[in-house]
Amino acid sequence: MGKRIIIDPITRIEGHLRIEVEVENNVIKDAWSSITLWRGIETILKGRDPRDAGLIVQRFCGVCTYVHYEASIMACEDAFKVKPPPNARIIRNLIGGAQYLYDHVMHFYHLHGLDWVDIVSALSADPKKAVDLARSVNPDPYNCSETQYKAVQQRLTKFVKSGRIGPFANAYWGNPSYKLPPEANLVVLSHYLDALQVSKIGAQMMAIFGGKNPHPQTLVVGGVTSVMDALDASRIGAYLYRLKELRDFVDRAYIPDVLIAAKYYKDEGLAGVGGGAKSFLSYGGFPLDESDGAMLFPRGIVKAGNLAKPLKLDEAKITEEATHSWYKGSEPQHPFKGTTDPEYTGYDATGNLKGNEKYSWCKAPRYDGQPYEVGPLARLVVAYAQGHKEIKPLIDNTLKATGLPATVLFSTLGRTAARALETVYVGNHIEGWVNELVANIKKGDTRTWTKCDVPKSGEGRGMTEPPRGALGHWVRIENSVIANYQAVVPSTWNCSPRDKAGRRGPYEESLIGTRLAKVDQPLEILRTIHSFDPCMACAVHIIDPQTNEIKKYKIL
Amino acid sequence: MGQNADYHSTVSKQYRQLLKQCKVNLDRNDQELPAAAEDFGELLKERGVSRRAFIKWTSLMTGALMLPPIFKPALARAAEQFSRVPVVWLHFAECTGCSEAFLRTSYPGVADILLDTISLEYHETIMAAAGDQAEKCLEQCLHDFPGKFLCVIEGAIPLGNNGKYMRLGPKGKTGVEIAKEVTSKAAATICIGSCSAFGNIPAAKPNPTDCVGVSKAIGVHTINIAGCPPNPVNFIGTILHYLMFRDVPPLDGLGRPVWAYGKRIHDYCERRAHYDGAEFVQQWGDEGAKHGWCLYKMGCKGPYTYANCSQVRFNDGISWPIMAGHGCIGCTEPGFWDTMAPLEKQIHEDTFGGGQATIDTIGTTLLGVTAAGIAVHAAATACRHRDNKSETK
Repeated sequence: MGKRIIIDPITRIEGHLRIEVEVENNVIKDAWSSITLWRGIETILKGRDPRDAGLIVQRFCGVCTYVHYEASIMACEDAFKVKPPPNARIIRNLIGGAQYLYDHVMHFYHLHGLDWVDIVSALSADPKKAVDLARSVNPDPYNCSETQYKAVQQRLTKFVKSGRIGPFANAYWGNPSYKLPPEANLVVLSHYLDALQVSKIGAQMMAIFGGKNPHPQTLVVGGVTSVMDALDASRIGAYLYRLKELRDFVDRAYIPDVLIAAKYYKDEGLAGVGGGAKSFLSYGGFPLDESDGAMLFPRGIVKAGNLAKPLKLDEAKITEEATHSWYKGSEPQHPFKGTTDPEYTGYDATGNLKGNEKYSWCKAPRYDGQPYEVGPLARLVVAYAQGHKEIKPLIDNTLKATGLPATVLFSTLGRTAARALETVYVGNHIEGWVNELVANIKKGDTRTWTKCDVPKSGEGRGMTEPPRGALGHWVRIENSVIANYQAVVPSTWNCSPRDKAGRRGPYEESLIGTRLAKVDQPLEILRTIHSFDPCMACAVHIIDPQTNEIKKYKIL
Repeated sequence: MGQNADYHSTVSKQYRQLLKQCKVNLDRNDQELPAAAEDFGELLKERGVSRRAFIKWTSLMTGALMLPPIFKPALARAAEQFSRVPVVWLHFAECTGCSEAFLRTSYPGVADILLDTISLEYHETIMAAAGDQAEKCLEQCLHDFPGKFLCVIEGAIPLGNNGKYMRLGPKGKTGVEIAKEVTSKAAATICIGSCSAFGNIPAAKPNPTDCVGVSKAIGVHTINIAGCPPNPVNFIGTILHYLMFRDVPPLDGLGRPVWAYGKRIHDYCERRAHYDGAEFVQQWGDEGAKHGWCLYKMGCKGPYTYANCSQVRFNDGISWPIMAGHGCIGCTEPGFWDTMAPLEKQIHEDTFGGGQATIDTIGTTLLGVTAAGIAVHAAATACRHRDNKSETK
């Protein structure tokens, strides 16, 4: 048996995640992913007015703020049998689009960047050469000059000299698995600092129609409330102006920086490091008209890397089970019928997860019995396999420009690149939505809400594609209050523990075979786990409130 | 007349004494706090904040903290010291929304710099290190700055299941264990957000994990920057105050700084004139909604909620919920998910009988308007009493 390594806390994510791996000769042989916090928000929803659910479930997560709000409102609209008017659909897309832009930027630089970039190495870079490098991937790189790069180095030097490097302390600087030359480290570090400001612009975009960020407060069952903002040309202008600034950063910083990373990490991409099981699922997201069909991201499945044979998604095949989760039961259940009854069994005597028993607050979602990865890579792979008229050329052109084969997508690097590419794709469409909104209002359609009331009973689901992947909320209403609520969220799919058949979840599977340069520095593990953009808070509310009673737990 | 002059001289004498003490405090901070990584003056220059703009900001902030203008220079010094205060930021049962608000909120000029340069010795969302190395960062800070760092806590603490609904770090400690360990060595504990302050969402009925606020969980006094998420400017002001007086700012009965949470949303709301004029939105998206009328009938909880949202707004002052046409949900008040529910319905009927009828008939006479105003104030008071009870039971 190999050496067991525990990484807890996994930092630079939302929430509380623990990863344990077994290593032999520096290579990961087995892995366990565990969520270490449970809040039970679905229990809290029982008996409440369904119209309050959106604001409550939004608090699943403050990083993927808004998305649970939207999914919940969609589930209620399905149950209330009401359709929001076109203006409301568009405004929701504008808020969601802003979320994509700033969230992906923030993820690449602030949550994931330090897995690729060695900031200490940036100190030894030649600023002039850094300018040349930046210009080799983009003719007009963002905030790029010798003076700027020198200033960044000076700022960093001062930090290091003061001995107080705050969030940069105690990290893995100098680890041989950092592959970027000093100049590349400097270019990306400089954008890391720029991105702190830029991501705020995206938050402002969300606030224009959402009231604030995080946790906007503008969606209601049947529509949106920010009608004054929609009718105000100056608000539309304020949004467009910020959109331009943010897209400029994406085009001239984010994309070129990912291309730089791809250049130096391509061997790992080609070797498929972090690839995992290569099964992908997308619910489809951003409705483009009132038809329920046309969506910016298509819905579908790709199984075991088979790009030649994309499959249709059948909602009835979605299940969750809890063989290895701290809940009772082990039979797969559809979310409408799920049960959850906490059964905490703790860690073993040595303080490790009990990998053969229950070991996480996360349940195991499966599609047709199999684990599936969700997120940017899943969305793009599904669209690519379906021959999507915009996404396929976007990927093909990028592969051609970098001289890499399509198989490079199935890796940690591929996951990170997919996130960048879809940021461009979403960004390309937002202005069109704004124009659509303006045209609609000019036509005299100022409706933002469709009249509706809480039904006596009903059942509904909201399925969408927020930045981190396929998100579904299922609600059942009885006596005009919530009788049952379930959310199967992106990080539940990805962070899933093993199922009854012993199949690992996507995080776990993606780590197998990864070689660690230094066993006491889990850099490669962080890089792969972060490439999924983990967001744990939302993943641990999977409880069916069949009963309000909380059982006594055996603490072992 | 003479009495009045006496009063003024006493007050100004007290303020001068306070200012003197303030200077002593700031000098002490200068000696005790670790050196700054970056020069504040240079940072202002780099970000294009002129001396004049900085002075203007100190006037605004001094006023906001309810201090007279003679405190401006002291506040400027506190701003310079801001980035030198070591901060340990802990995450418990939370959604990271407060961190996100903190990282992504923007203000013109100075406040932005303060938020960007704060010394986060430990903050799981942004730190590079993970696992054992992250744990070491925390231990190092407790060792290097005992009694000097500020402990900021985001998230409630689950007490159920022996606290084991949440286990953190390589040793799998519970929230209670970590909170006790860290706060016992901190200079002060600031709860950021309604979860750490009052329990908030995980503590909403039926509170499945028996979550409570930090103060209740471990019995320490905390400064509660309430809100879901709170406005980060309230956090900044509180730290500046702490630096100037080496003490917590005046707090209300719920531990919230009075300067930020002393006023009612309703009293400073931009839609207040429509309330007084009995112009109400009757359903989402109606003509009233298009004209920015009062959201009281759509369930706005502004009349029961104490916070400065209407004045400072969010995200560079771009908006706030009522501006976006949705009522306030009362997120700075304890237990608001239960006491304010349903969030999109008026709730005063059960606290103040016949309120609906009163609201419907007001506007006919001026007297009617005044009566309704008094009625709402009475309802608000009743509601707040109820909150306090439910929170302290």
